[in-house]
Amino acid sequence: MPEDLNWAIGGEAGDGIDSTGKIFAQALSRAGRHVFTSKDFASRIRGGYTAYKVRTSVDRVESVVDRLDILIALTERTIHENEDELHEDSVIIYDGERSTMQDVEVPGDATALEVPLKRLAEDAGGAIMLNVVALGAACEVTGFPIENLDESLEKRFGDKGEAIVENNKEAARKGQHYVQEEYGEFDYDMETTDEDYVLLNGDEAIGMGAIAAGCRFYAGYPITPATDVMEYMTGRVDQFGGKVVQAEDELSAINMALGAARAGARAMTATSGPGIDLMTETFGLVATSETPLVICDVMRSGPSTGMPTKQEQGDLNMTLYGGHGEIPRFVVAPTTVSECFWKTVEAFNLAEKYQTPVFLVSDLAMAVTEQTFSPETFDMDEVEIDRGKVVDENDIDAWLDEKGRFQAHFAAADGVSPRAFPGTTDGAHMTTGLEHDELGRRTEDTDVRIEQVDKRQRKVETAREQEDFDYREFGDPDADTLVISWGSNEGALRESLTLLEEDGYDVRFLSVPYIFPRPDLSAEIEAAEDVIVVECNATGQFADVIEHDVLERVQRINKYNGVRFKADELATDIKETLDAPAEATQ
Amino acid sequence: MSSDVRFTDFKSDKQPTWCPGCGDFGTMNGMMKALAETGNDPDNTFIVAGIGCSGKIGTYMHSYALHGVHGRALPVGIGVKMANPDLEVMVSGGDGDGYSIGAGHFIHAVRRNVDMSYVVMDNRIYGLTKGQASPTSREDFETSTSPDGPNQPPVNPKALALASGATFIAQSFSSNAQRHAEIVQKAVEHDGFGFVNVYSPCVTFNDVDTYDYFRDAIVDLDETDHDPSDRDQAKDKILESDKEYMGVLYQDEDSVPFEEREGVEGSMAEIPDGAPEGAMDLVREFY
Ligand SMILES: Cc1ncc(C[n+]2csc(CCOP(=O)(O)OP(=O)(O)O)c2C)c(N)n1
Ligand code: SF4
Repeated sequence: MPEDLNWAIGGEAGDGIDSTGKIFAQALSRAGRHVFTSKDFASRIRGGYTAYKVRTSVDRVESVVDRLDILIALTERTIHENEDELHEDSVIIYDGERSTMQDVEVPGDATALEVPLKRLAEDAGGAIMLNVVALGAACEVTGFPIENLDESLEKRFGDKGEAIVENNKEAARKGQHYVQEEYGEFDYDMETTDEDYVLLNGDEAIGMGAIAAGCRFYAGYPITPATDVMEYMTGRVDQFGGKVVQAEDELSAINMALGAARAGARAMTATSGPGIDLMTETFGLVATSETPLVICDVMRSGPSTGMPTKQEQGDLNMTLYGGHGEIPRFVVAPTTVSECFWKTVEAFNLAEKYQTPVFLVSDLAMAVTEQTFSPETFDMDEVEIDRGKVVDENDIDAWLDEKGRFQAHFAAADGVSPRAFPGTTDGAHMTTGLEHDELGRRTEDTDVRIEQVDKRQRKVETAREQEDFDYREFGDPDADTLVISWGSNEGALRESLTLLEEDGYDVRFLSVPYIFPRPDLSAEIEAAEDVIVVECNATGQFADVIEHDVLERVQRINKYNGVRFKADELATDIKETLDAPAEATQ
Repeated sequence: MSSDVRFTDFKSDKQPTWCPGCGDFGTMNGMMKALAETGNDPDNTFIVAGIGCSGKIGTYMHSYALHGVHGRALPVGIGVKMANPDLEVMVSGGDGDGYSIGAGHFIHAVRRNVDMSYVVMDNRIYGLTKGQASPTSREDFETSTSPDGPNQPPVNPKALALASGATFIAQSFSSNAQRHAEIVQKAVEHDGFGFVNVYSPCVTFNDVDTYDYFRDAIVDLDETDHDPSDRDQAKDKILESDKEYMGVLYQDEDSVPFEEREGVEGSMAEIPDGAPEGAMDLVREFY
């Protein structure tokens, strides 16, 4: 029997596939087994094919594999869709009494278990429980203690009353006994442990991180696969004095979040590609008004409406470069589900410390993947809050100009100005998307323009000095082959290292969660013979930026005071550039 | 909040660059008076402005303020108020800003009924971009981008508001200083979304909807037997497209603001130094 077991339930959307899969995944996690789930789904509410897959082991599991050991097939199509992953020891459970399943052909040498799911469910109190009958059957096949399933059923149906819970337990037992009597012993034997794990997905981890970090206002507009963040926060953030508002569109969502942030709340919005497009208009306003805001993009396949239920990491350029003009911003991309939590906490701190937009980039694969963790992974005592340079009535005097006006955009040496929440005495000030002076008042003065652009840009340099924009390293540190990746690929890559090693390939793997500012990888790249960048997109957007980093830099002449180049000035600039050492002109 | 706040305390030291005679001067003065009269001061007031000549208002007033992008001032105002209900929030912009690019936000802000005021400077033209048709321009009003007139009827923002479930709809005229300030004050005092459409003439690009036109056309509701609490009366007045009214057209005295209904209690600015107490329960939920 395999060390880890791959299990799936598949059928039509509307068949309760998700909740059934989740019940099983939770039962496993409560039995002290690690779980990694994935979903196949299409963009429809009823019909079509959908599946929930669970990989489980007593050791940590970090990715999906191409192998299915147990398949509960509610439709014939489920079998065909998964044919390639079945093997000679696979077990397929299906209801042979159903008219649509009578001529099912079981591929290869896989074992077919015909279990009258519907009939047994009816015996237990209702056909609706047929999925649970199948779970009971799966418990028997895998040797998984059914008591663990009971706990999970209690959790799932507890709200619906004792009777429903009991009926479901009964339904599971009917499935179990049927298999026991008709098919006898199986090779599987699922070990359990005393570990207590929690099971959650990337979106939930982001929502949880946000609340832990003190986010109190969330505005969003539903979109797959970001909606779960909003659904997670709804109801929960209220318990901590916060609110979720469903806006009329993404333009409104980001502007509401911006308003809340200016009022002093930690605020966030989350969306996916098409929503990010709409929000782009406001990126510059967030940056020039120096408002701390966390903007989360849970990527899916684009462009346009693309494939809304499929994975892609195609928005990197959008988050790095989206918006007209030039704006300082941070782009952080968690690489695992647990990192979704911690990077969200960090995103709020970065946003407030540097008063900038922070793009938190996740993706569909991470959003729908549930994974087990020991609860300490999310140790709330470790959460640190840094609100940056907030001033109150006691220290605001230091930031008033000679006329007593608050300098909300003071051109500080580190690029970060003081922040006064509305309501602070003497702090009243204006801020705007127009270029402005230190008081926030509109200006077209060429010198002030340069001063403010430089000031905002300096935040990036300050952050590079103060923060640890690092990567995570796996594999053989001395290997000639260097693999670099970002986002949710980390788990699969880590596992592939083991497989490669077995075949005699030594690989060094860097997983990079910071896109901008990002760690300098030049030394690592120089030291390697082959460098491979892995990402879930067609053009290699991250590869492009990394390649750019290791290029010999061109020298630059830049002008941004609002006036076009003049000939004499250019001649001087070019001469100076040629005479000066290259570095100085960058 | 000190009782000796004067309306000039809401003035910034930036001189307005509006054309001499622009209606926006009067509109702004009324806004400042209304804020002072209602006992607010610059440090507890948040003004959000859109883009346009009208949108410059945030620059000329002194308070906490944000001058945003075109058409999106309302969502910003909603965010501010939701995050800190103790602030007095006033949003302002033009007819283009509010009823064209921002029309979607307008109807949703109305139906959301957050306790703030929205003052629209309606000059029936795009001023800042130098004289193109706006959504309130007359059907035959000739402009640089509509030489034969927009050839479509103007929107009726008051009707839009009423249809969207508004709890306060008023109209005012910037040159009637006393009445204008009074009307804005009522909007500020209203428990919910206080919407005021202000006729605020553009003396440079609109030679049809002029001071003279409005002065002649306008009827003060206070001089009629209009009952603003009667929605049917309000509806009839609002749909009379050939009439210009001044005063409160509709007010729902029982209005309860959104944030109150949602149970928002105080400022969200205060957060604990680390994760909130009980945060570990958020983790345990996932067992
Ligand atoms: C997204 C976007 N589109 C267009 C513009 C250009 N623009 C600036 S003001 C304006 C119209 C403003 O008209 P209105 O709201 O009636 O204000 P007024 O200037 O008449 O007071 C336009 C189209 C812009 N700033 N942003
Ligand atoms: S163009 Fe019209 S609206 Fe703009 S400032 Fe001049 S008069 Fe006022």
